[in-house]
Amino acid sequence: MSEMSSVPWLTLLMVIPLVGSAVVAFLPGSAEQAKRIALGFSLVTLVLGVVAATQYKSGGTAQFQLAEQHAWIPQFGVSYALGVDGIALVLILMSLVLTPVCLLAAWHDVPEDIDGARRTKAYFALLLVLETFMVGVFAATDVFLFYVFFEAMLIPVYFLIGRFGGARRQYAAMKFLLFSLAGGLIMLVAVIALYLQGPGGADGFLIAKLTGLSLDPTTERLLWVGFFIAFAIKAPMVPVHTWLPDAATESTPATATLLVGVLDKVGTFGMIRFCLQLFPNASEWATPLVVVLAVISVLYGALLAIGQTDMMRLIAYTSISHFGFIVLGIFAVTNVAGAGASLYMLNHGFSTAALFLIAAMFIRRRGSKRIPDFGGWQRVTPGIAGAFLIAGLSTLALPGLSSFVSEFLVLVGTFGAHPVAAVLSCTAIILAALYILLWYKRVMTGPKPEGLTGVRDWSLREKWVAAPLIAFFIVIGLYPKPALDVINPAVDKTLSYVHTNAATVAEGSTK
Amino acid sequence: MPTALPSLLSSAGTYAAGLATHDGEAHAATGFTSYAWLLVALPLVGTAILLIGGRRTDKWGALLATALSWAAFLVGLVIFFQMLGRDAGNRAQTVQLYEWVTGGSFQVQAGLLVDQLSMAFVLLITFVGSLIHVYSLGYMEHDPDKRRFFAYLNFFVASMLLLVLANSYLLLYVGWEGVGLASWLLIGFWNWNPAYATAANKAFFANRVGDFGLSVAMFIMFFHFGSVDFTTVNAGVAGLQGAHQGFMTAIGLMLLLAACGKSAQFPLQSWLGDAMAGPTPVSALIHAATMVTAGVYLVVRSHVIFEASPTAQLVVVIVGAITLLFGAIVGCAKDDIKKALAASTMSQIGYMMLAAGLGPIGYAFAIFHLLTHGFFKAGMFLGAGSVMHGMNDQVDMRRFGGLSGVMKITWITFGIGWLAILGVPPFAGFWSKDKIIEAAFVGEGWRPWVFGLAALIGAGITAFYMSRLFFMTFHGKRRWTDDVHPHESPSTMTVPMMVLAVGSALLGLVLGPTGAITSWLEPVSGAAAEHEPVLAVPVLMALTLLVVLAGAAFAWLRYWRDEVPLTAPAGNLLTQAARKDLYQDQVNEALLMRPGIHLTRSLVFADGEGVDGAAGGLAALVGGWSARMRKIQNGFARSYALTMLAGIVAILGALWVIQ
Repeated sequence: MSEMSSVPWLTLLMVIPLVGSAVVAFLPGSAEQAKRIALGFSLVTLVLGVVAATQYKSGGTAQFQLAEQHAWIPQFGVSYALGVDGIALVLILMSLVLTPVCLLAAWHDVPEDIDGARRTKAYFALLLVLETFMVGVFAATDVFLFYVFFEAMLIPVYFLIGRFGGARRQYAAMKFLLFSLAGGLIMLVAVIALYLQGPGGADGFLIAKLTGLSLDPTTERLLWVGFFIAFAIKAPMVPVHTWLPDAATESTPATATLLVGVLDKVGTFGMIRFCLQLFPNASEWATPLVVVLAVISVLYGALLAIGQTDMMRLIAYTSISHFGFIVLGIFAVTNVAGAGASLYMLNHGFSTAALFLIAAMFIRRRGSKRIPDFGGWQRVTPGIAGAFLIAGLSTLALPGLSSFVSEFLVLVGTFGAHPVAAVLSCTAIILAALYILLWYKRVMTGPKPEGLTGVRDWSLREKWVAAPLIAFFIVIGLYPKPALDVINPAVDKTLSYVHTNAATVAEGSTK
Repeated sequence: MPTALPSLLSSAGTYAAGLATHDGEAHAATGFTSYAWLLVALPLVGTAILLIGGRRTDKWGALLATALSWAAFLVGLVIFFQMLGRDAGNRAQTVQLYEWVTGGSFQVQAGLLVDQLSMAFVLLITFVGSLIHVYSLGYMEHDPDKRRFFAYLNFFVASMLLLVLANSYLLLYVGWEGVGLASWLLIGFWNWNPAYATAANKAFFANRVGDFGLSVAMFIMFFHFGSVDFTTVNAGVAGLQGAHQGFMTAIGLMLLLAACGKSAQFPLQSWLGDAMAGPTPVSALIHAATMVTAGVYLVVRSHVIFEASPTAQLVVVIVGAITLLFGAIVGCAKDDIKKALAASTMSQIGYMMLAAGLGPIGYAFAIFHLLTHGFFKAGMFLGAGSVMHGMNDQVDMRRFGGLSGVMKITWITFGIGWLAILGVPPFAGFWSKDKIIEAAFVGEGWRPWVFGLAALIGAGITAFYMSRLFFMTFHGKRRWTDDVHPHESPSTMTVPMMVLAVGSALLGLVLGPTGAITSWLEPVSGAAAEHEPVLAVPVLMALTLLVVLAGAAFAWLRYWRDEVPLTAPAGNLLTQAARKDLYQDQVNEALLMRPGIHLTRSLVFADGEGVDGAAGGLAALVGGWSARMRKIQNGFARSYALTMLAGIVAILGALWVIQ
C-alpha cells in the first residue's frame, strides 16, 4: 500500500522548518536578520518540496508514495509513518508555497518598538513551527500520528493568535482552542476505539491496517461521527463555524491565511482520508445529512459574507461557503466531484491567501478593516486595487481562473448524484459576485479620498507577495492538468474503497 | 402548438442527422487555420503588456493595442479566404489546443471551432473592434487612464473571440465571462462616480444570473451526454428519443436564461441602460455591436438543442417579441441620446432573438441582422460620441438640435445608420430586418399573427424613436447651452464612422439579395424549408414600409416641424412609465433587492446572537473552567501546551493498560 522512499523527503520537509524556527528563535541578531533567515528556510523547504514532488509518480499503484515507516511506540501500535497520495501531495506543496508568501507578507506584522527583536523572532519561529506541523498532518499515514499533528497544530496557532493578534485576540484564541479541542477530544475517543476494532499489533494504527475493516454498522457509524465532528469543526461547517470569523479577524493576516487556507483543509482532507476511506458504509449512511449541511454552508456563508462590514470576517464567511462546496464534492462520491473537491482545497488556499494578504495591504495603510472607512482607493493604490480585484475574481470563481475549474467540477460532478443540491449551490455564483463586487465597489470606487497624501502604492515586497498567487490563478485556471493528474488517481483510489465496500455489503445482503 | 410539434421534431431529427456529417466530421485544421489561436492570443498579449508594463507603456500602449487588434483582423481575413477556398461541406475545421480540464470522467479539450458561424463573428468583432480602437485614439486622447482603457479593449476583443471560437460550452464560458469582466471594467471605467460603479456591478450581477443558467445547462448536458463539447452534445441530441424532451427543454431554457443575461433580454434587461455609463466607444463595441449579441450566438450555436424542444423555442420567440417591444417603447421616451440608443439595441436584439427562436428559417437572418446591426448601431454610437465630444459631453437631446450644419460628417454617417435601422431600401436593415418580420409571419395558428404583428409594430415604433433621435439631434432649432461650440471631431474619429456608414449602406445589399449569407451559414444552421408567410411577401413589404413611413412622419411632425421644449413635458402614463424603463428597477428592487437585504441582515443578526450565542454559552462554561485552571498554573497560557502533552501521555498510558 505504501511505496517506500530511499530518501526521507517528507521528514526533511518537516525537519528543515523546525531547525529554521530554532535558529530564528535562539540565534542572537537583529529582527531583520531573523526574518531573512526564516524566509530562507521556508524557501529551501519549498525547493526541496518541489524536488520531492518530481519523485512522485502519478501512475503508481500504491496508495502512498515517498513513504517512510519506523516503529515509534510499538507497545501501543503507533508508528512514525509518512506518505502521500496525490491529494496530500498538492496540499503539502500548497503549504510550502504559502509559508514563504506569508512570511514575506508578515514582514511588518510585529511592531518593533518594545522588545522588538524578541517578539519578531518568536512570531517568525512560530510560523515555521506551524509549517512543520502542516506538512506532518497531511503526510501522516498512521492514524495516531495524524491525531498528534492534528492537536499539535493548535499550539503554534494558539500563540500566533493570542499573542500577536488584534484587540480581542485572547478571546478569539481561546474560542479557537476550545472549539478545536472539543472536536479533537471526540476524535481521540474514536481513534482509540478504531484501533481496538483493528487487527492491533505493533503497527496497528497504520491507515493500511484500518482500511476495509468489517465493522458492525452501529460501531462504524459512531466512529464516523467521532471523526466527522472534529473535521466539521475544523473545516468549518455551519453550525460549528462561529469560531472562524473571530479567529480570522483577530489574527494577523499571515496567521489568518495559514489558518483558513491550510489548517482548515485538514478537516476536508480528513473527511476524504478517514471518513470515506475507513468508514465507507457509514459515509453512505450519513450522506443525506452531510449534503444538506454542505448546501446550507454554501448559501449561509455567502449570505453572511454579503452582510459583513469587517473585511477579515467577510473573508472568513466566504471560506465557510467554499468549504461547503468542498464537502459537497467529497460526499457526492463521484470521481468528478472528488477531483473538484480536492482541487478546490488547493485553489481555495491560494485565493483565500490572496484575499487576506492583499486586503491587509490597504487595511494597514488605512489603519482600519471596516469597509465603511474606505472608498475611492483605486485612485490611491491602483496596483493593490488591481491585485485585489484579481483575488476577488478568483474567489468568485471567474471562468479562466483556477477556482472556476474546481467549483465547476464539484457542481457538475454532484449534479448526477444530488441534482437539487447542485442547483441550489450553484446559486452561490450569484451571491459570490455580490459579496466580492459590492466589497470592491465600497472600498475601491468613488471619489478619491481626501488627506491621504502620504499613502504609497505597493512596495516591491508586496508585489512579491501578490505575484505568485496571481500567477497561480492564471496558470492553474488555464492549465489545471498538472494538479489534476496527481489528484485523479488519488480520488479513484479513495472511491475504490467506498465502492468495493459497498459491493461486498451488497453481496452479503443477497446471500 | 401540438400540431406543429411532430413536424418540428421530425425536421430536427433529419437536420441533426445531417449535422452529424458536418460538425461530427469537422476536420482538423489545415493551413493557416491551425494558427487560429493567434486571434485570441494577439490582443491578449496587448492586454498583458499594457497592464504589466504600467506607466512605461503610456506613450505607445494605445497604438500597440490598436495594431494588435488589426493584426487579429488580418489573421481572421487570411483564415476566411482559406475557408472560402474550400467547398461548403468542408469549411468547418477544428483546432485542438490541449487537454484542459480532466477531472475524473469529466474531460474537456480546449479547442477552437472555426466554421462559417464563428468566422462571421470573427470578422465582425475584429473589424468593428479595430475601427473602434482607432476611434478611441481620438476619443480617449486626453484621458489620464488611456493605457488602461486600451488594455481592457484588447482584453474584450480576445475574450469575445474566444467566446465565438470555443469548441465546447465550457471554453465558451471562459470567453463569456471574460467579455462580462471587460464590460464591468469598462462600464466602471470612470468609477470615481459612484453611480457608474453601481452600473458596472448591476451589469455583472444580471449576467451572473445568466451564468447560473449556463452552468446548469452544462450540468444537464454532462449528465446526459457525458460531455459539454458541441460535437458530442449535438450528436447526443440527435440520438435521443422523444422521451427526453423534458431535459432538452430544461437545457434550452437554461441556455436562454444565459442569453437573456448577456443580451439584455427580458426579464434580465435592466442593466443595459445603466451600462451607458461607460465611455461611448465601449457602448458602441460592447453594448451594441458585439458582446450583447452573444446571447443570439449562443442560441444559434445550440440550435440542435432548441430544435429538440419546441417549448424552449417558443419561449425564445416570446422573449424576443417582448423585448423588441419593451426596448422600442422605452426608446421613445428617453432624452439621453445614449440611453435611447441602448433601448434601441435591446429592441433590435429582441428581433434577432425572435428570429433565432423561429428555427431554421430564422437563424441566418438572426445572424444577418446581427451583422448589419453591428455596423449601423456601432456607427450611430460613434456618431453619438462624436456629438458628445463636440458638445462638452452633453447627452440630453433636448439640448441638441440643428447640428447638421456644424458636424457634417457626423450628420451624414449617422443619417445612413438611421436609414439602415429604419429598413429603408437599399440600406442594410431593409435586407435583414424585413426578412425577420417576414419569417415571423410564417407558421400556423395564432403564432404568426402574434409574433408577426409584434415585429411589424416594433418596426413602426423603431422608425418613430430613431427618427425622433435623429431629428432632435441634427435638425430643428439649435437648443444648445451657451457654453458649447460644437465642432466636427478629428479624423481618427470620423474615419471609423465613415467606414461603418459604408457598411451600413452596402452590407445588406451585398449579402442579402445575393443569398450569400444564407448559403454561407446553411452548413452550420441547416437548410430552411420554403415556407410562405400568412400574408403575401409583397403585402408584408408594403405594410412594413408603410408603418416605417408613418413612424418617421409622426416623429417629423413632433420633433422637427414643432419646436422641442427644453424640459420634457409631463407626458401621459405610458410616457412616464417608459422614462422609468417601464419600472424595471422598481420591480427588481421590490422583488429581489429589498428582500435580499432583509434576509442578509437578519442572518447576520441570527449568526451573532443565535448560533454563536449557543456556542458562546458552552464556551463560557468551559472558559470558566479554564480560567480556574489558569489560576492554578500561574496564568501562563503556554501551560496549555503542557496540559495537552500531559493528556497525550495519559492516553498512551491508558492504551498500554488496556493492552
